[in-house]
Order: sequence, then structure tokens, then C-alpha cells
Amino acid sequence: MSACWPTLHMTVNGQDRAVQAPPMKRLLDVLREDLRLTGTKEGCGEGECGSCSVRMNGQLVNSCLVPVLQAEGACIQTVEGLAASGELHPLQQAFLHCGGAQCGICTPGMLMAAAQLLISNPHPSLAEIREGLAGNLCRCTGFMRIFESVVAAAANSAEESTNRGASQAALAR
Amino acid sequence: MSRNATTRIVGAPITRKEGADKVLGRARYVDDMEREGMVYGATVRSTIPRGLIRSIVFDPRIDWSEFTVVSAADIPGKNHIQLIIADQPCLADAQVNHREEAILLLAHASKQKLREAQAAVHIQYDPMPPIFTIEESERQDVIIWGADNCFKSFLLEKGDVDSAWSSAAHIVEGEYRTGAQEHLYIENNGVIAEYSAESGVTVWGSLQCPYYVHKSLMAVFDLPEDKVRVIQTETGGAFGGKEDYPSILAAHAALLALKSGRPVKMVYDRMEDLAATTKRHPSRTRHRTALDRDGKLLAMEIEIVTDGGAYSTLSSTVLSRATLHASGPYVCPNVRIRSRSWATNMVPYGAFRGFGAPQSIFAVERHMDEIAAALGIDRIELRRRNFLHDGDTTATEQAMREPVILDQLMDRALAESDYHARRARFARENPGSPIKRGLGVAAFYHGSGFTGSGERTLNSQAGVDVVPEGKVRVLVASTEFGQGTNTVLTQVAAEAIGLDMEDVIMAPADTGIVPNSGPTVASRTVMAVGRLIERAGLQLVTMLREHAGLGERFTREEFFAACEVYRATQGSVVSLCRYESPPGIFWDDQKYRGEAYPAFAWSVQVAQVAVDTVTYSAEVEEFWAVQETGRVINPVLAAGQIEGGVAQGIGYALYEKVVSENGRMANNQMTNYIMPTAEDVPPIHVYFEQIPFRHGGYGAKGIGELPHDGPAPAILNAIKDATGVSFRAIPLLPEDLFAELATRHPAEEAAAV
Amino acid sequence: MRGDPEAHELIAPGGLAAVLELISRAPGEWTPIAGGTELMVAHAAGKLRSQKLVSLWGIPDLRFIETGSSNISIGAGTTFCDLRAHAGVAAHLPLLAKAACLIGSIANQNRATLGGNLVNGSPAADSSPALLVYDAEIEMVSVRGRRRIPYAAFHTQYKRNAMAADELLYAIHLPLRFAQHRQYLRKVGTRRAMAVSKVALAATAIVTNGLVNEIRLAAASLAAFPTRLYQTEAALLGQTMTPDAIQAARSALLAEAQPIDDIRSTAEYRRCVAANLLEEFLIGLRSEETPQ
Repeated sequence: MSACWPTLHMTVNGQDRAVQAPPMKRLLDVLREDLRLTGTKEGCGEGECGSCSVRMNGQLVNSCLVPVLQAEGACIQTVEGLAASGELHPLQQAFLHCGGAQCGICTPGMLMAAAQLLISNPHPSLAEIREGLAGNLCRCTGFMRIFESVVAAAANSAEESTNRGASQAALAR
Repeated sequence: MSRNATTRIVGAPITRKEGADKVLGRARYVDDMEREGMVYGATVRSTIPRGLIRSIVFDPRIDWSEFTVVSAADIPGKNHIQLIIADQPCLADAQVNHREEAILLLAHASKQKLREAQAAVHIQYDPMPPIFTIEESERQDVIIWGADNCFKSFLLEKGDVDSAWSSAAHIVEGEYRTGAQEHLYIENNGVIAEYSAESGVTVWGSLQCPYYVHKSLMAVFDLPEDKVRVIQTETGGAFGGKEDYPSILAAHAALLALKSGRPVKMVYDRMEDLAATTKRHPSRTRHRTALDRDGKLLAMEIEIVTDGGAYSTLSSTVLSRATLHASGPYVCPNVRIRSRSWATNMVPYGAFRGFGAPQSIFAVERHMDEIAAALGIDRIELRRRNFLHDGDTTATEQAMREPVILDQLMDRALAESDYHARRARFARENPGSPIKRGLGVAAFYHGSGFTGSGERTLNSQAGVDVVPEGKVRVLVASTEFGQGTNTVLTQVAAEAIGLDMEDVIMAPADTGIVPNSGPTVASRTVMAVGRLIERAGLQLVTMLREHAGLGERFTREEFFAACEVYRATQGSVVSLCRYESPPGIFWDDQKYRGEAYPAFAWSVQVAQVAVDTVTYSAEVEEFWAVQETGRVINPVLAAGQIEGGVAQGIGYALYEKVVSENGRMANNQMTNYIMPTAEDVPPIHVYFEQIPFRHGGYGAKGIGELPHDGPAPAILNAIKDATGVSFRAIPLLPEDLFAELATRHPAEEAAAV
Repeated sequence: MRGDPEAHELIAPGGLAAVLELISRAPGEWTPIAGGTELMVAHAAGKLRSQKLVSLWGIPDLRFIETGSSNISIGAGTTFCDLRAHAGVAAHLPLLAKAACLIGSIANQNRATLGGNLVNGSPAADSSPALLVYDAEIEMVSVRGRRRIPYAAFHTQYKRNAMAADELLYAIHLPLRFAQHRQYLRKVGTRRAMAVSKVALAATAIVTNGLVNEIRLAAASLAAFPTRLYQTEAALLGQTMTPDAIQAARSALLAEAQPIDDIRSTAEYRRCVAANLLEEFLIGLRSEETPQ
């Protein structure tokens, strides 16, 4: 059966990857199973919780809702691609310093959403942060320290670090 | 060890110990793990709420030889999940008592084939009449459990309630209800199990209490202690939802592992987790209160009932805590509390942050506002007149020997929220606006640790050891699931021994490695287990001084060198301590009298709520939480606990409804079970007062559950303030507000409230 | 994940012509999938019935926003993020820009398309009320050519529409004639974000010398599909916004609305809140400010 499946090519965390998978396999499952990038999580399978969020072609998407065929040729960034050769991304540093992660299961998706926010809006207001993260559910923190983390990271100029991280494969699996 | 000594590490905002892995996406949760040769497991569940299993037919279109099929007949030991009473079967045998009850287990290498097979098991039932509500169970027309449907009852009496009514200036009654609540941890329940003849059963899983699972598996498999091993994996949220349920899931996966000879992974998807696992107990509380002319409490008569679902699980202990928190942080000479937990054919309810206290505190703190309104006394003043103070006794006649600073907490809460000025402003603005604003207050305590002699019964053991690689390990069965266990316990150990954070690590939460320090529940970890670690750390230093020449002051190099000296003569470097009960803890389990808890955490919370009379939605606009929880070991983690607990409490009050149809959760998808998003949570302001508790780790008391107790009554009190309308049930959805408020015309400028 | 990826075929012919050719050869056999925010949820629930799917994602012919002199044309493959970001939409069709912000989350808005929202045909669809009060036209395309119908005629029954089996939704055309209209859109959900609409009301109106000269009202979740509230409009046309007239309009809406009880809300709540939203809009008409 697998001989029938197309080989799909995509760039993941700066690395060219080829995957053979049924076209309706979810991008989430391809990342976790075929590419062994387990940082991206499944919390609901319905596009409600955001723990599967990744960046695809420069946009935030819920990978549980993307059939892998539609990721053909795409440039994908997961949480494993955020840090740049040994250095934590400013958001990751901020989450550590401010207590933005508790149980950590929402954290990868939350970081991707925050990273995307800071790319499109380097100095977001609190209202814009709330909106940017509205698709990522956190049950532990009550969001306060996540907002604080984003504000702190914004103050540390996130954008250039994200671009650095996207092109570095050192810390990706 | 002086409670007030200056500390280097305790009290500092030390970065989360496992935080780097979490932000890097490297933390391994159970679904990120694989074992060689692993297959997947699935559960065939009851589709009726109550009845006899007449027949099970396996559809011949499936090649069943490919599958491992497990039924109750395959259970080597006892077919029950050992919690308090062993009434819950591991797998239903002749009868089912709730929808989604597990009947059969299937294993296969292909998840898709498993799904097809699940649908191909045809079960015929002889249905029996089910009951779904507390009232139906109380009527006892249909008996579904035991002799009378009642899992547990308590009667707590102080003074002479019956004599108080005739002399009372006021008598106020009220009934209050709370609904079920789902934990909604973002990581669903999941385990991986293996079996071998030589090692027995090994389970990795997302769980709070490795030794609970261990004990349960011993019974199911009839295996001795050393043939069962339970290892906690990184856990993505728990809130009590992984306190008891994992014992079931672990047994299921292990049974499949035993029969198939392969490792078995069972991770629920969201729909299954929502439909089949535990939730918070629904409750109904009735208050009848006698007061004098000045609003001083003369008598409280309280009836609390909870819905326990089909099996008792933890209903008796939830009921116990509900009972012991029912009369609030107030002095009352005469109290009678009757409480009962009733069986219904709902999916069994279980532990959830607060564990009965959110239910009964909702009732008493709502009731205080109702009393204030009935008597024409300001609701803050009413509370102040009745607050417990040092030396006062509670409903169980426990004297407050530790300082009680409710007045101070109230002062601070009112000041930080600018309470009076805001209320004055709302009184001016509300009449001319379709948005009605109000403030509400709740005052409450949360007993830290297990009730009464519970800690003594647990007889926890914990400590530290030192590995040759030059690290101190904290040896506890207490688990991390976001609340900060790893960080605070390593902080305590590092402080006690005199090392740095880098020198101390957590031993894996593996029953093969760590002693049983008790379950990670009841807000006991920092207080009780922290104290054990503190003692064990000090004890280790003493041991090294006495047997390995460690000096009065030492560098870390000298410390580890001394450990190796010690190891050379003693074989290992281990320091363990057992729980020691604080003196004077007397508890009568029959009369429910005495020291109910070794310590109390105290809080006053204020909620500002806006009610939109166009849409009937209520939103919390701002929230203030002031608490006294002993010494704060880590201010960032502690504040995070308050903020998270408040957010969950807001969900409990205004958003989270479990919709049931014929005994099954009908809204078992995240699109339909609503928790607040980043756009819904208000700013939450957190303030700590600290009075170190001498019997807690570095003076700490419990913190994790406290913040979930207050938001619901504070919010509904605010809604009463905003609209003048009393609501007495949660979840309070816009549709419920609409039912009461709809006679008013919104958006007209002249409408008065 | 309850769906079986291997049980579904998904192809991406890549161009509009190729897709039309495919679905004309086998009408009804191929289900178009754009951003997948509806179909992939069904897939995960094990409820995706379509065995054959054809991807519309990334087809340039379907993803455009063109501002002409008298209307704006939006390709069916335009995402809600595209709509949010477009200056012309914000300027000329503010209700549509607002609706785009109210759907799901940023991640969903990046994938959900206008065409998908309409073809899915939920009575709670977020873009529909705005399109209805803007007199939108739907353009459909097949190998046989193109045709247009008023959007108000697009939905025919619950989750059924006017497209033939070999047709695709091509574009939505909106006339640029609402610049002077008073405009209103409000969505009522279970929470501020990530909420399926319980009820929503959109309105455009011209008020001259206190009289309602033009009025269009449309709602979500008051009927089996998104629809104009023609009877309520009739009760308002030519009226001044006296308290009596507003009450009469309320009553007309209460009578015209046919909401249902479902897992999210009740018929009574929806009906009454819709009337409240209408009242909020109408009271706003009395003053200088346009309530939003």
C-alpha cells in the first residue's frame, strides 16, 4: 500500500525532508511519527486547543487540521526549530524566567503562536497578545505568566532570533 | 531549624527545574514514547447506563486471531480497582452500571484495525432502570448500590443547634448547587504497560500517584510489591483527574500486555477522555442559619449531598472535605452538618482540585451574601463580625493555634481592589448602561494535607541520596505535573544541605527507586513531603559530620568527597525520614471532632464582574486573590498556582458545563466543553501574606487547591451586586442569566436595576 | 484520531481547470477541500464520509481580492487572514473584516476560507450575516461556464445549497454601495474567542431625516441556514425609531426567528438575544454614533 503513496517534500526546521505518507495523514502525525519530532502535541484533534500549532509558510496553523498533501513544498517550523544552535529563543528564555510553562504540554504550541505574533507584530499590546494566543489553551497557568513572557521577549527583540532559529538545524531532531 | 531564618534558595524565584526541556519541546510525555514491539490498546465500553450483559458477539468479518482480547475472565487477581472501597470492577463482568464502563480490551499493532474491531463487538444488554440525579437516588425507589444507594454519610455536630432557632433574631435559608466539572488537562490520560515473568508488570504513565497505581496493580495481578513497577512520565496537567483514574487505565494496558506478550500503549483521545474519565462531584447544599440582631452566627444547619456516580471511588473523602469546609471561616457555637454521597448511574466522579471544598465553600459564601441582604447588613461587615480569630474553634472544635489573619486579608483585598470606590462608581454608572458591573467577595480556608489522622495513616517516607556522579537526589513519589514539585523540593533539599540547585536533582518518580511519600494530592506536597526532605537533608549533613568527617562549614567539593568516604564504609549514601505528626493532633473519625487539618491556608478573593444585559453574559473583568499559605518557597511558582486555580475557578463558575444525555457526556469535544481562553481571563492580581508554619517544609503550607475554592462564590456574589438578582447554581451560563433577567429591557437608558 | 488516512484519496490537480474537469467527469464523487478546518475535524472524529477529496488549497485562481470601481470580488479560496489584512475590505466592507476576526483563532483564520465557510453552510457561519446585508452575489463555475446568483438564494435548506454537482464556488462579489450606511455586526458566542456562534446579527441601514430608507438585517442561528430577516425589515422600512417602532420591530423579529435548542444554547435565548441585538442597533440609529 505504501508504494502507492506519493513522496512529499517539505522543509522542516531548515532541513529538507522527504516523507511517504497517505495524503490525508495529518501533518501533526507526519511530524510526530514519520519525522520523529514529538515536540508538537495533540490535545484535541479538533483545532481547538492549539497544542499542535506549527508555522507553515510563515503562518501559524493547527497541524492536526492540515492534510500532509497540502504541506507539499511547504516550509515548516516546529518548536524544535525555535532555538538557534545552543541558544534559547528569547521567548523560550522568557517562558523560563517568567514562569510561562507549568506542565509544559501547551508550551510548544504556545511558543509557536507567540513566535508568530512577534514576527508580525514585534511590540504587541496586551490585547494583541491575548488575541494572538486565543487559539492556544493553557489549563495550568491562567495565562498571566504567558502574557508576561511574551512582553518580556518582545522587549528582547524576538524577530531576528526567530529568523536565525529557522535556518539552524542544530537543535532539531 | 528556625522558621524565620534567612534562606538562600527557599523563597527565591528559582527557574523551573525541568523547564528547559519543556520550552525546547524535549520533555517526553507518554505519547512521545515507544517501546520495542509495542502495540496499541482500545476499550470496548458500555452503551447503556445500567443493565445486565446478555451476550457478546464478535463480528466474523474481523479476523479476531490478529487481536488480543481481554475480558474480566483474564484477570489473574481481583477484578476491582483498589481505592477506598473496592466496589469498582476493573472490567465489567455480568453487569454494567454506567455509560462508557469498560467491558473488553483489545490490542493490535494497527490503531485503524483496532477502531474497526471496537465497532465489531456486538453487546446485547438487558437494561435495568437507571438513575441519574441526586434526588432520584435519595428517593431510593430504585436501589443501584449497596442497600440504600448511599456511598457515605457524615454527621458533624457542635453545641446544640436545635435550641438556637427560638432565640434567633433572624433565620435565613438557602439551597445551592454545583455541577460537574471536567479537568481538561491538555494531555489526555495515557499509559504504556509491559509484562514479563521475571519483572512482573511495569507501567509508564501520565499520573499523579505512582504508589496508588502500584497498589491497584498488585491486587489486579495478584503480584507482590517487587513485581509491580510504576513510573510516572512527564505529565501534561492533572488537577486530580490523574489521581485515581490511572489505576484503571494502567490495569487495562497491563492486562493486554500480559495476554499479548507485547508492550501496550493506551492513550485516550479527547472524546474518550471526556466521556469516560472522572469529573468533579456535582453537589447540592442546603443552609439554615440562625443569627442574632447584629448578624452574629448562632447556629448553622447544613445538608450537603454529592453525586458520586456509579462507583464510590473517592466519594467518601471528597464528602469529608466538603463537610469540613461547609461552615466557612467563621465562628459559630452551634453547628450541625449532615452530608451524604449518593450513587447514580453516571460515570463515576473523582478527585478534582479542591476535592469537595469548592462545592461547600460555594454554598456558604453565597449564603453569607444572602444573609447580609436579608438582614440589611453590609456583606463585608457580616463576615468580619463572624471571622475566626486566634484561639477560636471551628465546627469540629479545632482551636486555631496558628495565627488567623482573615481581617488583614480582607483589608488588603479591599484595598488592592479599591473595592469601595469601584462599587460607588458602578452604582453611579449601572443605571445608565446596558452593562451592569459589580464586585463580589469570598473568604475561605483550605485545610492543608490529609484530614485528621490521614497523614499518620499514610506514614509517608521520603528523603535524599547521593549518587557517585556527584549529585544529590530527592527521593519522593511526589510527582510534577506543572505545579512545581521538582523545583520546590530540590530547593528545599539544596537549602537544607547547603548546596546549590545544580547539585540537586529529582530521582525518577519510579516505585522501583523512590519510597512512598504519599500521593501528590490534598495540597500536601510542599508542606508534608517538603518537611520530610528538609529533615532528611539536615539528617544527611549530620550523618556525614558524624561518620565522614564533614566539617561545620563545607564547600560542595568537601561535601561530595565526604559522601564518597561515607559510601566506602556504609555502601550507599541515603537519608530517609518518616512522617512525624505535629503534637496535639487529635481526631475522632466517628464524631468528626478534633484537629481536622494540621494547618489551614486562608484567602480572601474579590471578583469584578460585568453582566451584559443585551447578551446576558457575565464576564470577570478583574480579580484579586489575597492568601496566607505559610512560607512561599518559590514566588513565581506560587503565584502561578493562584493564577491557574483562579482561572479554573472562573471556568467552574461561568463557562464549564457537562451536558449529559442518558448518562453520557454529550458535549465531549473541546468545541463544546468551554474553558476560558486567553481573551477571556481577566487580569488576576495575587498577594501573599506569609506566616511560616513550623511543621511544614521551611514553613510552607498547602497552596494548590486553595485558589479554586473562592472564584465561584465571589463571581456570583458580584453578579448579585451588579444585577440585584441572586443566582444559586453553577455553572451559570448566559442562558441561565437570561431566564431571570429577561423581563428587563436592555439598552434602554432609563432602565433601573 | 478516529479517521483512517488510508481510506481517503486526496489529490491536488493544482489548477482550477483541472479541478473542474475532474468534478465534471464524476459529479458528486469528489469533495473539494480547501483549508480543511471543517473536513479535517470530521476526519479526526471518524466521520468523514467522502472517500475522494480534491484539494483547492493554494489554487491562485481562487485566492484573490480585487477592488473594482463598483464592487469588490473575493475568490472563494481567500482565507480569513487575507480578508483581515486587506485595506479595501476594511474600508468598504468593515462588517466582513470584523467577521473575519471573530472566526476561530489566528491559526484557523490562516486556513479557513470564505468559500469553505459558505459551502459548509452552517446556520452559525460567521461570514454569512455580513455578506447578506451587503447584498453579496455568489459566482459559481464549472466546465459549462460561470453563473451568478444572489447570496440570499445560495442556501436552500439546512446544509444544502444551489450549486450543481459539477460546480465550484468561484467568487463572492460585493457592491461598493454601503459607504453611507449605518452598519452593525455582533456575534454572541460561548466565550470571546474560539466560539461557535450562538446567535449573530448583522445590519446595514440608511436613515434620512429620522426615517429608515433602507434596511437589511441578517442573522446566524435563527433559521436552518443564514438568512435575511425580511419581515423584520418590512416592519422597519419607512419608520422612525420611536420606542413603539423599536418594540414593533422586536416583536417582528421574535415572530420571524426560528431558532432551535441544541448543545450550545436554547431557542428562547437565541430569539431573545437576537431581539436585543436588533434593539441595540436601532437605538444606535437614533443617535449619531453607529454601534459596532
